[in-house]
Amino acid sequence: MKSSEERGRRVSVNLSKGQGISLEKSGGGTLTAVRMGLGWRSAPRRGLFRSRTREIDLDASAVLFADQNPVDVVFFQHLVSNDGSLRHTGDNLVGGAGQGGDDEAILVDLARVPVHIDQIVFLVNSFTGQTFAEVQDAFCRLVDETTGQELARYTLTGGGDYTAQIMAKVHRVGGGWQMTAIGEPSQGRTFQDVVPGILPHL
Amino acid sequence: MTAELVRGQNHPLDRTRVEIRIVAGGPVVAGVTLGDAQGRLPGAESVAHPGAPRLTGIEVPGRAAAEHRIAVDLDALSAAVHRVSVLLALAPTGSGGRSGFGAVAAPSVAVTAPDGTVIAGYTLTGLGAESAVVAVELYRRQGAWKVRAVGQGYADGLAALLRDQGLPQAAELAAAIEDAAGQAPARALRAPVAAHGAEPPGGGPEAAVGHPAPARTPAADRPEPAADPSPPAAPSGGAPIDYRHPKRRTAPAPAAAAPDGTSAVPRRTPAPPGGAPGASDGPPPPVAGDAAGWSMDERLFNQVWGMFEDLARSVAAYRSAADFADSRLAKELDHALADPRDRLGTAADAARAAARDKHAALVARAREALDRDLAQLVAESEVVEPALPPAFARWDNPVWQGYRVPPEPPMAVRLGDLHLPEVPHLRIPMLVRLPLERGLWIDSGRAAVLRSGGHPPEREYGRRELGSALTDGPPDEAELRRLALETAVAVAARLLAGHPVGDFAVQVIDPGGAAASALAPLLETGALPEPPAPGAAGVATVLEALTRRVDLVQMALRHRAADALPPDLDTAQQLLIVHDFPHGFDDRALTRLRYLADEGPSAGVHLLMVADRDRAREYGPLLDPLWRALLRITPVPAAHLGDPWVGHAWTYEPPLAPKGSQVVRQVLDRLAEARRADGC
Repeated sequence: MKSSEERGRRVSVNLSKGQGISLEKSGGGTLTAVRMGLGWRSAPRRGLFRSRTREIDLDASAVLFADQNPVDVVFFQHLVSNDGSLRHTGDNLVGGAGQGGDDEAILVDLARVPVHIDQIVFLVNSFTGQTFAEVQDAFCRLVDETTGQELARYTLTGGGDYTAQIMAKVHRVGGGWQMTAIGEPSQGRTFQDVVPGILPHL
Repeated sequence: MTAELVRGQNHPLDRTRVEIRIVAGGPVVAGVTLGDAQGRLPGAESVAHPGAPRLTGIEVPGRAAAEHRIAVDLDALSAAVHRVSVLLALAPTGSGGRSGFGAVAAPSVAVTAPDGTVIAGYTLTGLGAESAVVAVELYRRQGAWKVRAVGQGYADGLAALLRDQGLPQAAELAAAIEDAAGQAPARALRAPVAAHGAEPPGGGPEAAVGHPAPARTPAADRPEPAADPSPPAAPSGGAPIDYRHPKRRTAPAPAAAAPDGTSAVPRRTPAPPGGAPGASDGPPPPVAGDAAGWSMDERLFNQVWGMFEDLARSVAAYRSAADFADSRLAKELDHALADPRDRLGTAADAARAAARDKHAALVARAREALDRDLAQLVAESEVVEPALPPAFARWDNPVWQGYRVPPEPPMAVRLGDLHLPEVPHLRIPMLVRLPLERGLWIDSGRAAVLRSGGHPPEREYGRRELGSALTDGPPDEAELRRLALETAVAVAARLLAGHPVGDFAVQVIDPGGAAASALAPLLETGALPEPPAPGAAGVATVLEALTRRVDLVQMALRHRAADALPPDLDTAQQLLIVHDFPHGFDDRALTRLRYLADEGPSAGVHLLMVADRDRAREYGPLLDPLWRALLRITPVPAAHLGDPWVGHAWTYEPPLAPKGSQVVRQVLDRLAEARRADGC
């Protein structure tokens, strides 16, 4: 686990705000499948009759835009986009070991995204309300699903007094897809609270 | 431990002395090639075939036949042999007219222990014009032997197959093999006595040797369908029955469906490594049973549901793109008209033209993506439909001709077909799990037709295909009622046919006796022991008996005392067909009916209402829960069923037999025979 995390860190691009990466393979072909991963460490157990454990529930979402209009969304209550090209692997309510594994993931089959969808924005929300300052070992990342190579990674922990982050978008450029890092902190329980904050980045 | 393999799948062999048993739909030549680690043949001496049936460790039959056993002793093979490929080729027909494997029933291959215990089985579905095929291969992997289902066919026959394995003199050897198979010893050529009484019995001890399958008369060796007393589609003169799907292309070319090389359907498993030598780019050709499951039926069930979901989602993608294009066009046209100064100028014209171009371009791209997915799904449907077992198959599927009463009930039953207006010819089987969790309601009211909007274009297709379902013009009330009853009988026949003798029974409530003629097939074959009792008294008797049954079974289940049920209780599952509702029903009967709808399914009592909701209007909303508890189907194609993923309105078509077909009656006759045999 640890070594793969370190390997991931080494090859991934640490993105600064607004920096774009073309999602093209070095071989020339464009990317066909990406995965957004989100991982965090669960709250420590405190024993039965002492203070209640406060579970931490972070949620990954993806909003599909056509010409600046949100037309579909993939999140914990709608796990598959209507066209089937985006799939959420399921809601994790408590987090994981904090060892770098994805606790929630959204798989995107870019070749099958409907033709009118030109941007897909990935978000993270804290459903239980803890700010990123309070969550241990939280990160989100974008992975080339065909090779397992990490394309981008954000460390959320220490991200300040925010409960949401607009992470990145993938958008059509010519015949292929490009990824642009956004990294904009925001506030909100679910994606609905964050959508107004996305619009300036489209 | 039997494994049913799908193409490309492998399975370990726990022994080295094995037998390979082949059952084909007609006479085939069986052979074995011994390849090196790369699968290449050093020369003609590494091929066992009818002309040279024995190699060290291998013995193949010396003639063409519909059934073969090949003995293999893997320990006896030389160490240089890494791959043992079992090949099948269609026997050369005397006239020279050679068709492909697609024209005969799919051959199946089983790797067995010498005592006959099956280790792994594989059915070669999806073959078309190919006349030679590598069925399975046994190969060394880290010192152990494994078997892999290959199923690689060659349209150009044996020569192409051998050439593909690197044999230089492939064409000569192929010709020699076909010669040898054609000149098989005369004693093996005697026609089977039972099938052809006109043929004088040969006498002599040779007649009993092996399987006396004639190599030159392919028709004689398909006893299953040919021996059937009256196959409706059988061409006259006993010519071979064509098993090809009516709409299937002669050469399956699904690989060309997605030229961009992307995986068109995410659910698909990736191409099995090494499974298909020489496979071209693009998605692998679809295979029947390409889904998870413990049995072939379960795999097919899951595959059909996967196709259902894929079609729903592909069409959702297309519709959302087209809707978006429309709304964008409207917005841009509005915008172009918004400024009065521009309204007449050329700038406005240009803007409007540009908006229309954008719209057309987007719709065209959306259509292209849809067509790519549809081509894949249509190709899949064409291999899946012929492979379906009777319970999942349409009535026109040849599998019904060889129908036998099954030893156990199927996991699901096909209640009809579903399709979308975008692609009316791609019909998804509507498979419903058994035992039925909710009752069925066949809507015989005019609402069924009116609600579907009169004459939507997709209905044209339904009318053409469902000869018995629709005449010209909208069906009138009497016609609808007739079709509703026909649908009920078809559904009942399917459920009866799916269950072993004595496991499923049908009862009918028909107080007016109006259903007598439609029910005749059930009555005459004994599926219904006696005609339904007339009048309100008949209604009360049947409902009373079934209510008591549900009550007793529930009690027995609660107390885990199934053995305490009274001996007169019929333990078979019951299908109650209610016709003419609410005629003959009083309040008491109505309450019982609702009880059966709610509690019946868990106690093995299923409701099949044939009713017009409007005729029960006098009860007001009291009966709404009853209707809602039932799965509504219609006797004519109508768009009223939603899918669980995106909620499209799917057009449902009832499971009616083609016009003039006697298949339902034949199946009921077959059941009656089995019932008689069981009774003796």
